[in-house]
Amino acid sequence: MERSFVAKNPSVLVFLAILSLFTIAVTLLSEGFGIGVISTSFVKTLGKTLCLCLIAVAMDLVWGFTGILSLGHFAFFGLGGYMIGMWLMYERTRLIVVESLSQAEIPPTSTEVVDAIGTQIFGVVGSSEFPLVWVFSDSLVLQLALVVLVPGLLALIFGWLAFRSRVAGVYLSILTQAMTLALALYLFQNDSGLRGNNGLSGLQNLPGITASQDVVSIWFLWASAFALGMGYMLAAWIVSGKFGSVIRGIRDNEARVRFLGYSVEVYKLAVFTVTACIAAIAGALYYPQAGIINPEEMAPIASIYLAVWVAIGGRGRLYGAVIGAAFVSLLSTWFTGGQAPDISLGFYTIKWVDWWQVLLGVSFVLVTLFAPQGIGGLFDLWTNRRPPNRHGANLGPDDGSLREKEATE
Amino acid sequence: MTSFKSTLASSVVFAAVATTVLSAEDTIKVGVLHSLSGTMAISETTLKDTMLMLIDQQNAKGGLLGKQLEAVVVDPASDWPLFAEKARELLTVHEVDVIFGNWTSVSRKSVLPVIEELNGLLFYPVQYEGEESSKNVFYTGAAPNQQAIPATDYFLEELGVEKFALLGTDYVYPRTTNNILESYLKQKGIAEEDIFVNYTPFGHSDWSKIVADVVALGADGKKVGVISTINGDANIGFYKELAAAGVSADDIPVVAFSVGEEELSGLDTTNLIGHLAAWNYFQSADTEANAEFVETWKATMGDERVTNDPMEAHYIGFNMWVNAATEAGSTEVDAVRAAMYGQEFPNLTGGTAVMLPNHHLAKPVLIGEIQDDGQFDIISETDVVPGDAWTDFLPESAVLKSDWKDLGCGMYNTETETCVQTLSNY
Amino acid sequence: MLRLFFAGLAILCACLTANAQETGLQPILQEHQEIIAKSSRKTIKPAIDAIAASGLPQAQVMLETWAAKDMWMRKSDGLFFAGKKIEGRSYELTDFDTSEVVGTFEKSDLKQLKPNSGVRAMIGTALVQFQLTDPNRAKRLEALKSIQRDPDGALLVPVRASIDNEPDAYLKAQKQRLERLLTIGYDEDIAARVAAIEEMSDDLGVDVRAALNPLVVTTRKAATELPSDVNVALVLEPGSDTLPRAEAYDLLVANDLAGSRMSPGDIRTALAANIDGGRVAGTPVAQLNTDAGRTEAYNALAEAGSVPALVTEADIDAALGAHVFFETYTEPSAEVTAAAEKALEEIELKVGLNQMLDLMLDAISLGSIYFLAAIGLAITFGVMGVINMAHGEFIMMGAYTGYVVQQFVPDHTLSIIVAIPMAFVVTFAMGVAMERLVIRWLYARPLETLLATFGISIALQQLAKNIFGTQARPLTAPGWLDGAWVLNDVVSISYIRIAIFVLALTFLGLFLYIIKRSRLGLEMRAVTQNPRMAGSMGINPGRVNMLTFGLGSGIAGIAGVAIGLFAKVTSDLGSDYIVQSFMTVVVGGVGNIWGALAGAGMIGFLQKGIEWMNPSNTLAAQTYMIAFIIIFIQFRPRGIIALKGRAAGD
Repeated sequence: MERSFVAKNPSVLVFLAILSLFTIAVTLLSEGFGIGVISTSFVKTLGKTLCLCLIAVAMDLVWGFTGILSLGHFAFFGLGGYMIGMWLMYERTRLIVVESLSQAEIPPTSTEVVDAIGTQIFGVVGSSEFPLVWVFSDSLVLQLALVVLVPGLLALIFGWLAFRSRVAGVYLSILTQAMTLALALYLFQNDSGLRGNNGLSGLQNLPGITASQDVVSIWFLWASAFALGMGYMLAAWIVSGKFGSVIRGIRDNEARVRFLGYSVEVYKLAVFTVTACIAAIAGALYYPQAGIINPEEMAPIASIYLAVWVAIGGRGRLYGAVIGAAFVSLLSTWFTGGQAPDISLGFYTIKWVDWWQVLLGVSFVLVTLFAPQGIGGLFDLWTNRRPPNRHGANLGPDDGSLREKEATE
Repeated sequence: MTSFKSTLASSVVFAAVATTVLSAEDTIKVGVLHSLSGTMAISETTLKDTMLMLIDQQNAKGGLLGKQLEAVVVDPASDWPLFAEKARELLTVHEVDVIFGNWTSVSRKSVLPVIEELNGLLFYPVQYEGEESSKNVFYTGAAPNQQAIPATDYFLEELGVEKFALLGTDYVYPRTTNNILESYLKQKGIAEEDIFVNYTPFGHSDWSKIVADVVALGADGKKVGVISTINGDANIGFYKELAAAGVSADDIPVVAFSVGEEELSGLDTTNLIGHLAAWNYFQSADTEANAEFVETWKATMGDERVTNDPMEAHYIGFNMWVNAATEAGSTEVDAVRAAMYGQEFPNLTGGTAVMLPNHHLAKPVLIGEIQDDGQFDIISETDVVPGDAWTDFLPESAVLKSDWKDLGCGMYNTETETCVQTLSNY
Repeated sequence: MLRLFFAGLAILCACLTANAQETGLQPILQEHQEIIAKSSRKTIKPAIDAIAASGLPQAQVMLETWAAKDMWMRKSDGLFFAGKKIEGRSYELTDFDTSEVVGTFEKSDLKQLKPNSGVRAMIGTALVQFQLTDPNRAKRLEALKSIQRDPDGALLVPVRASIDNEPDAYLKAQKQRLERLLTIGYDEDIAARVAAIEEMSDDLGVDVRAALNPLVVTTRKAATELPSDVNVALVLEPGSDTLPRAEAYDLLVANDLAGSRMSPGDIRTALAANIDGGRVAGTPVAQLNTDAGRTEAYNALAEAGSVPALVTEADIDAALGAHVFFETYTEPSAEVTAAAEKALEEIELKVGLNQMLDLMLDAISLGSIYFLAAIGLAITFGVMGVINMAHGEFIMMGAYTGYVVQQFVPDHTLSIIVAIPMAFVVTFAMGVAMERLVIRWLYARPLETLLATFGISIALQQLAKNIFGTQARPLTAPGWLDGAWVLNDVVSISYIRIAIFVLALTFLGLFLYIIKRSRLGLEMRAVTQNPRMAGSMGINPGRVNMLTFGLGSGIAGIAGVAIGLFAKVTSDLGSDYIVQSFMTVVVGGVGNIWGALAGAGMIGFLQKGIEWMNPSNTLAAQTYMIAFIIIFIQFRPRGIIALKGRAAGD
C-alpha cells in the first residue's frame, strides 16, 4: 500500500468529474429542472446510455481484464430489469385495483384483491392466476434484493459448473450464448409467468408518484449516473489491487497462474458473479426508463453487441468500455432515427436506415483488424504511450489487451 | 408548388423527413411509427409506404384545413422499448398531431403509457387480441369478434367442423385469441378434449410432427379444422409441410388470421388452394374504390406488390381522421377525438365503416379461399360486425364495456357500474 | 357392354322422369333460387336434394359446374347458367337444359355462385350417385373421396352395387374398403357389422378409427338407480380418480338432482343484495372483508330465510350416496360396442408403435437438417478452429442463390440442379475472400475472430435485406419432391425431408473422402495439427487454410438451398440456425465429423422426445433442449466423441 487508490488510478477522478459535469449539464438543460433545451425523450436516452455504460464496464471487467468473453451478460441485465419490473407492475396495478374495488358495496377480501391484480396483469396474456415467481412482488425491499440475488445466483451456479469443468475460450462464449438463448426462450413462453412475449410494460410510471416524466427522467438520470460512478470505482478498485493482477494473469496465461498456486476457478467465478450483479443493477435502472422489458431484450445478439461496444471502445481499460458503449449506442440512435442525412451518389441514394447496420458491421471488422485497442487507443497516441516495438514478434493471444503497457506502468 | 409536389412524389420518405426542419409552422404533422428495420420491417414497411401514399394523395387534394400535411417518419427498428422512445420523440420533439403506427401487440403496449401521458392520438391498423381500451388509441384493425369469432362460426356452421386444432405462435395475440376461442367453443358445445392447442416459437420451421398430430386428430371420426394464428415467416414452413402431407382443404381446412396477400407472396400456393383466411379486406374485393386503390399502390410501389388488410385499416383510419379534423376545424387531439365518434367512411370492399364510441370500427368480415395466384377468393361476407374491446366470451371481461363518448371510461364494469380505470391496462 | 348398360339406364331414367324432362332443371333451380344464391351449408340441403332427386342427366353437369364455381346467376331474371369467361369482364352463359349458349353478358349483370367447401362437400355427396358408375375414372375417384369425407348410411347400397362392375383394380379395392367401413357404421344387421369390425381390426387407417371411435363414444350420467334399457359401459365410484367428488356433485347439479353450491362470488352478490343500513344480518359491512366474516354473515342470512342455505359436506355425501354414476354408449348394441372396443385396443397398440416410428423419422429428419447446417461449421470450427459467426449468413446466401437461379431458370428441377453448384461457387468464393481479407490475420486471436465474423454477419444480413427486401422469397421444390412417402396413415415423411437426409449422407461421405483420402485432406490435417511443420514439408498453409475455409463455406451454401426448399428464404434465415449449429458441433465433439453427426442426432432425438412429452408447447421443447445441452457440456466438455491425445490440441 505505497500509493493511494486515487493516485494509482488518476483516470477515476477524471472520469467522475466528467460524469458529474455531464449530469449537471443535462439537468440544467432538461425540461424537468432546467431551461428545456434537451427533450425528455433525449434525457431518457442519455439515462439509458449511462446504464449501458455500466454494463459495458462490467463486460470490460470480465472480458478485457479476465479474458472471459461472456456472451451472456445481457441475460443478467434483463433479469435485473425483470425483478424490478415485477414490483413496479404489481404495485401500480394494486393501487388501481384497490381504488376500483373500494367503490364496491362490500369491502374486498385480501384474496379478492390479489385475484383482481392477477386478472389485470395476466388477463391480457390469457390467464389470471399468479405464478409462483411473483411471490415476493408485493415487497419493494425484497424485489430490490432479488435484483442482485437472482442474477448473482444464476451467474454463480452457471459459472461454477462451467469453470469447474474447465470450459474456456470460445467454448465458454458459445455456452454463455446458449444460456442467454435458453433464458430468453424460457421467458418467451407464457407459462413462465412473466407475461411471455409482451413482458412487463408501463414501467416508467412509478406507483404512487404523480410527478411528470420530465422530472422522473431526471431522477433516473441521476440514479444511473450515480450507479455508473460507483460501478466504475468498484471496477477500478478491483483491477488496481492484487486481485487485479491475478485476473490479468489469468487472461494472459491461465495455466501459468494455476501453476503458481492460485485457484483460477475461484477468481474467475468471483469476477463473473460480481459483473453479473453490476449488470443486473444496470438493468434494474435501465428498464424503468425504457418502459418495457420483454424476452427479446435478452436475445443472444444483445450480448454480442455488448462485446462490440467494449471492443470498439477499447478493452482492458475501463474508460474505453464507457466510451465505446456511449459512442456506438448514441450513434446507432442517430442513424436509425432517420436524422442522419442521406448521401446521394447520383445513381443510388444511401439511406442510413438501410445502411447503418452494414456500416457498423464493416467498421467493426476494421476495428478488430487494424485498431484492436479501439477508441481508447487514441488516448495512448495523445499521452504518447506506445507499445514497445517487438520487431515482428507475436504480441500474444490478445492484442486488444493492455498487456505491454501494464508491464511498464 | 408543382415542383414541391413532384419532389414529394419522387422521394416521399426522406423528403418528408428532410423538410421537417424547413417548414415548421405551416404544415400539419403526421407521425408514422412503423419499423423499417429488424424483424417486423417485413410487414411494417408496407404500412409506412401506405401512409406516405395516403398523405401524398391528401396533399394533392389540397391538404387539410388549408395546410399541407407532412409525414414524420421514424424507425423504431422492431425494438419494443424504442417504440416508446420514438413515440415520445414524435409527440414532444416533432409535435405531431396524430400518429399512425405499430404492428405487434407488445409494441402497442410499449407505446400506450407514453401516448396516454402526453395525450397523443394513435391509429392502430392491425387485427389484435382485444382486452384493451385506451382513450388515445383508435383501433382500426379487427378485434377478435371481427375476425376470430366469425371465422370459427364459419367453421362450425358452414364446414361442420367438430374438432379444432388451435395452432399459434407463442405470443400474446395467439394466446389471448385461443383463450377466447376455447371459451367460445365450449359454450358452443365442443368438448375440451376436442380442442387441441399448440404454440410454436417465432420463425418455427420444423412442422412435421405438429402436422402429423393434427392429421391424427381425425381418428375419432369428427371433422377436424385448424385455426391458425401462426405469425409471419413460420407460415411458410407450415403450409409447405401441410402441402407435403397431402392435407387438402376439403379434409382439414385451415383458417389463418395472420396470413394475407403479403405472406402468400413468399409461397407457391398451388398446393394450398381452398385453405382459408379471415380478414376485413382482401385485394380481390371487386369494387371500384378498391380497383383504384390497388392501381395507385402498384403505380407507386411496383407491379408485384400486393395490398392487404392493415393497409385498408390505415386507409379508413387516415380518411376518418381527415374528416374528423375537418369537422372539428382543428387537429387538436380532444377535438378530433370528439368528432371521430360516429365518423363514417366507405370500405374498400363496399359498405361503410363506422367509428364506435369504444374506438373500434364496425366492419363486415370476409372469408377468402386461397387461390393458385396467391390471391384470395372471397366466399363469405358477414353483416357489419361492431368491434368489441372486451370479449363477451371470457367471464372476467364479459362484464366490462368501453364507451369513451358517454361514459368516458374504457374499462367500465357493468355489474358494479363503476369505472375500473381510465388509463388503459398495459 | 358397359355402354349398352348405360344407354339402357338413360332410357329408363328418361321414361321415369319424363315429366321433369319437359320442364328441365331450371324450374327446380328457380324453386330454390333464394337458398342457391345464398349457398350456405345450413340451408342448402333441400335444393341439392331436389336436384339430385330430379333424375335429370344434366343434373350431374350442373352440380359439377356449381362446385367448380362456374355457375352464374343472371341478375335481371335470377336464372342460373354455366358461365365461361371470354374476355375482360364479360362472360358467355350456357343453359344447363339445352346446352345452348344464351349470350354474352357483362360481369356487373351477373352474380357468381361460390359454394364454400361445406356446400361443395354436400354437392360431392349428391354427385356420388352419378359418379360412382361414371365411365371417367377420375370422377369415380372423386366420388370415393366424397364418401370418405362424409360417410353416409344412404350411400352403402350404391357403393355395394357398384363394386362388381368396377373395372379398375385400385378403385375396386377402395370401394370394397369403403363398403366395409360403411357397413360398420350403418348396416342394419348386427352380425354383419361385427364381422366388418373384426375384418378391419388390423388396419391402421385413420378412416377405420374414424368409423370405430364413434361407436364407443360414452356419456356420463347420474341416476337414482342403474337403468336397464341402455348399453352401460362403466359404473363409476364417486371419489375415485376417474370421478372426483366435486365432479360427481357437479354432475348431479347439472342434472338437477341436487342443489348448486355457492361460489365466493355468489355469496358476495347475495350479501350485497341484503345490505340493510350499512349492516348485513347484523354484521357491519366493513367487517365483511374476510371469507370467514362473509360466511358467518351469509349463514345468518340463511337462518333468517332470506337466502338459500349453503351446501355442506354432509349434504354432498348424502347426495352422492343416493345416486349411481355410470357411462353409457350411444350405440345401443352391446355386441357392436364390445367388438369395436376390442378392435380399437388392437389398433391403438399398433398406432402407438407406428407413432414411435414416425417420431423417430421426424427426429432423424431434424437431425439431418441440423447436421447439414452444421457440417460446414464442423470443417471451419471443428477442423480449423475458426469461429465463424457468419456461417449462418453463408447458409442464407446459398438459399438466396437458389432463389435467384429460379428467377432465370423457370424449370424447377433444372433450377435446383443449377442452384446447388451455383450456391457452392458463390459461398466458396465468399468464404475464400473472407479468409483472405479477415480471418487469416486473426488466427492467433480466436475470440476476435468471433467478433469480426459477427461484424460480417450483421453486414451481410443487412445487405441481403437491402437487395432482396424483407419479404420472404419463394424457393419452390421441383414437383417430384412434392408430397410425402406414406407408409401408412400414421407413418409418413415428406420427400423433401428424405432428400435432405440423402444430401446430408452424401456430404458425410464427401467429407470423409476429402479428409481421409484426398491430397487436400491430408494437407488440411497436417496444417491443423502443426502449421509450421506442415510448412516446412512443402505445404503452403495459407493456401490450405483458404481452401478449407472455402470448402466449409461452400457446403453451408448448399445446405442453404436445401433449408430454403423446406422452410423459408429470408435474410434472417441464417441466424435461426447459427446457435444450433454451434451447439451441434460442440455437443458432438470438435474436430471430428462423427462428432457433428452424433451431436445432430442427439439434438434431433432430444428435441422430438421433449416435443412428444409436451405436444402443446414446442417452444418449451427448444428451451429444455438448450438447457440440457448446457448441463451436458458441463459434464462432457469435449463433447460426445472427444478426441484424445495430441490431436485434441489445446
